[in-house]
Amino acid sequence: MGRNDLARHALGDIRPMSSTEELRHTALDALHRSLGATMTDFAGWDMPLRYGSERDEHNAVRTKAGLFDLSHMGEITVTGPQAAALLNFALVGNIASVGVGRARYTMICRADGGILDDLIVYRLAETEAASSTYLVVANASNAQVVLDALVERSAGFDAEVRDDRDAYALIAVQGPESPGILKSLTDADLDGLKYYAGLPGTVAGVPALIARTGYTGEDGFELFVKPEHAVELWQALTKAGEGVGLVPCGLSCRDTLRLEAGMPLYGHELSTSLTPFDAGLGRVVKFEKEGDFVGREALTEAAARASQNPPRVLVGLIAEGRRVPRAGYPVVAGGEVIGEVTSGAPSPTLGKPIAMAYVDAAHSAPGTAGVGVDIRGSHEPYEVVALPFYKRQK
Amino acid sequence: MSNPQQLRYSKEHEWLSTAEDGVATVGITEFAANALGDVVYAQLPEVGSTVTAGDTCGELESTKSVSDLYSPVTGEVTEVNEDVTNDPSLVNSAPFEGGWLFKVRVTEEPADLLSADEYDAHTAG
Repeated sequence: MGRNDLARHALGDIRPMSSTEELRHTALDALHRSLGATMTDFAGWDMPLRYGSERDEHNAVRTKAGLFDLSHMGEITVTGPQAAALLNFALVGNIASVGVGRARYTMICRADGGILDDLIVYRLAETEAASSTYLVVANASNAQVVLDALVERSAGFDAEVRDDRDAYALIAVQGPESPGILKSLTDADLDGLKYYAGLPGTVAGVPALIARTGYTGEDGFELFVKPEHAVELWQALTKAGEGVGLVPCGLSCRDTLRLEAGMPLYGHELSTSLTPFDAGLGRVVKFEKEGDFVGREALTEAAARASQNPPRVLVGLIAEGRRVPRAGYPVVAGGEVIGEVTSGAPSPTLGKPIAMAYVDAAHSAPGTAGVGVDIRGSHEPYEVVALPFYKRQK
Repeated sequence: MSNPQQLRYSKEHEWLSTAEDGVATVGITEFAANALGDVVYAQLPEVGSTVTAGDTCGELESTKSVSDLYSPVTGEVTEVNEDVTNDPSLVNSAPFEGGWLFKVRVTEEPADLLSADEYDAHTAG
């Protein structure tokens, strides 16, 4: 469930960095080490957790800009005359309605409606070689599962599913200064590039898919490039951002940024035991689209259940004290367990611990009195709030 | 990083100063502070309570983890660092100085505390 990253441990358990030979390394690995990054095993990849203070990195993204290596994300290319039809069948969204150069947040579910992964699908510009091409970006931990499911579901469609995990490095520049930084390195029309859109271009002399997407709650860009160009691009972005406070950022602050922005993380808010409706994200399921899709029947029932008799509801919790709620901690009211924390962290922006939690519908209204989190035996008072915790001023 | 020569160390990454009038200062090492990341909450033992060498006596929370704090010696807690309670980031910025955690009137000290050089070797990759 991806929760061991929040484990309780004894200080004495801290060990010098062990051998990481079995982990996969991104094209930027040597650069991270030269920057003094603390590395962590994330879904089998050796990734930067933080370079210095994770709080400072978080605040840099909120107020200036941050640079991320996200090369662990799983890219899958779907191409061919029936690429759109295949994705409409395999995923819950209406991918056929995505215009060229646009992107869509969507999910892939099992036949029983359980979420296999949440995805971003980019419809790439059409070329002579391929009339219709989509780039599906899966979570690193689920990339193989998504690839296998897409291949299996492609039977009978005139479409090719290609594992492109090794074909791309992914670098994100996020934060209010990111448009200025990127503009100094590209002639691409960034002003015309909307949120959840992408266009091919050249950044610092490097061919890239420039996407205006992210997982931080800020304006920003994700740049898909060939791995051999990653170091060159990272260094150019670092130099371009020098004067405006751009700092390299690790996965630790990416997690607190997405938590403040109320964005779900697979293995925490999303899992195979939940449908998109259970996760409060039923809007990604498009029943009105043409044709059948995997999970339609189960999801129709899940939609009805969620509207009439929701079991548990995803809410935000803000601490009154300073102890931090962690994934798996019980949410309590009147001495009874009424829910469970799925993600929790000290929020740099709010200056207090925050959490996302699934709680019984009766206790899910913002302002519900008497709700607490059982933090290692002590019931700490928490305020129930609507998500997100943070929304940027546009 | 350099571990001060005048301190002694536990394998659980606490440091202990030389006792003055029987009272020694306890903190966590820079190695441990770096491994934890930004410390956001410190639960320290109460003044007047007895701590036992090798037993848990508090906890430190960082962005990603919560860690038990162990006492390197046995004795009575005479003072805790209120500055750290109010601003836990002191543990990261000055682990050997302003980020000290508590003072203890030592009654018993384990024989296996490490010198700075021995602790360096213990934490070498």
